[in-house]
Amino acid sequence: MTADGWPGAGVKVAVVGAGTMGGGIATLVLGHGIPVVLVDVDSAALAAAEARIGRQLRHGHLLGALPADRAGGTLTTTTAVAGVAGAAAVVEAVTEDPGRKREVLAAAAAVVRPGTPLISTTSGIPIDELAGGLPRPEDLLGTHFMNPSYLIDMVEVVRGPRTGDAAFAAAQALLATLGRRSVVVRDAPGFVTSRLLHAMINDAARIVEEGVASADQVDTLLQGCLGHRTGPLRTADLIGLDNLVDSLRALHQRTGEERYRPTGSLLRKVAAGELGHKSGRGFHHYGEVPS
Amino acid sequence: MTSERSVGAAPATRDTIELEVLSLLRARLRTPVTVEQDLFADGLITSMFAMELVVQLEEFFAVAIVGPDLKLANFRSVAAMADLVRRLRSGARAAGSDD
Repeated sequence: MTADGWPGAGVKVAVVGAGTMGGGIATLVLGHGIPVVLVDVDSAALAAAEARIGRQLRHGHLLGALPADRAGGTLTTTTAVAGVAGAAAVVEAVTEDPGRKREVLAAAAAVVRPGTPLISTTSGIPIDELAGGLPRPEDLLGTHFMNPSYLIDMVEVVRGPRTGDAAFAAAQALLATLGRRSVVVRDAPGFVTSRLLHAMINDAARIVEEGVASADQVDTLLQGCLGHRTGPLRTADLIGLDNLVDSLRALHQRTGEERYRPTGSLLRKVAAGELGHKSGRGFHHYGEVPS
Repeated sequence: MTSERSVGAAPATRDTIELEVLSLLRARLRTPVTVEQDLFADGLITSMFAMELVVQLEEFFAVAIVGPDLKLANFRSVAAMADLVRRLRSGARAAGSDD
């Protein structure tokens, strides 16, 4: 047991979903010396994530964002959700689709010990909606990491109405071990960050559509005038425009607010495969697909 | 980048290395840079671009940038990058592992 309450450096964390968020979180955990089992139904996605994680570990060290005095954890990969057995925490990072998330969470819950925190990284689906089909809804909570999660040290933690004390404390212990700061909020569509940010990004995209300003101008103004680190449209490119559209739809369905209906240019970019940073092009151009 | 352009095992002077680093940067940046210019302070390179530079330098100069060498300060200027490459190359030659 570490001082933070985490069971120990040798105890693994399971990450389900080898996309942008799952890979980034795996990097964060491995970089803190904790072994990770990374699960995805797509073996090609696992192979790509493994290569990406190697580069991200180096990037994290380059920036001093990962502890230099700790040996990295061991990464294993599998296409079987049963591989999460024995993990001290399960991080669910699959597509922003409530059905798919519920399916993965239920499969993980069936093989881990009761009290093992099931941590959804949803950016806006209410945690209690996902808890419904679980044998132990008290083990589920939300932890909304930002991308790149191995660099951004603040996370939004969502405690659902049924989240129990044991799972909540275990998840907090993990976050402390990973050097993350957290703010705990109540369960609601979009929580705090997505509820505010996604509406802004959608509006920023509309501003570009209407010819009021270019994407570069919008971001430069928000950076220079309002102190944003990257601007809303570069942030959108980092999130991934496909994920952003999924999240906007989830918010629109749950709130009925028109400001969350994905605007036309976002949908067109996704249809054209312009997904942002990960595809080399979104609102901005990134040259080759970045490493 | 082609293997023909790679410096490979031939000893490179600091000037040669600086010229190669400048060439790598010129290929990506729209603005000319000087050898001593602070690339971060002037907003010319981001941390992500610095990581790409790490990989490019490793491939081009056949060095491994790891451990304590993997820090932003080593990529702050062309001179800093050239110093790093020179040190790693001389270390590799001294160890007899520079192929």
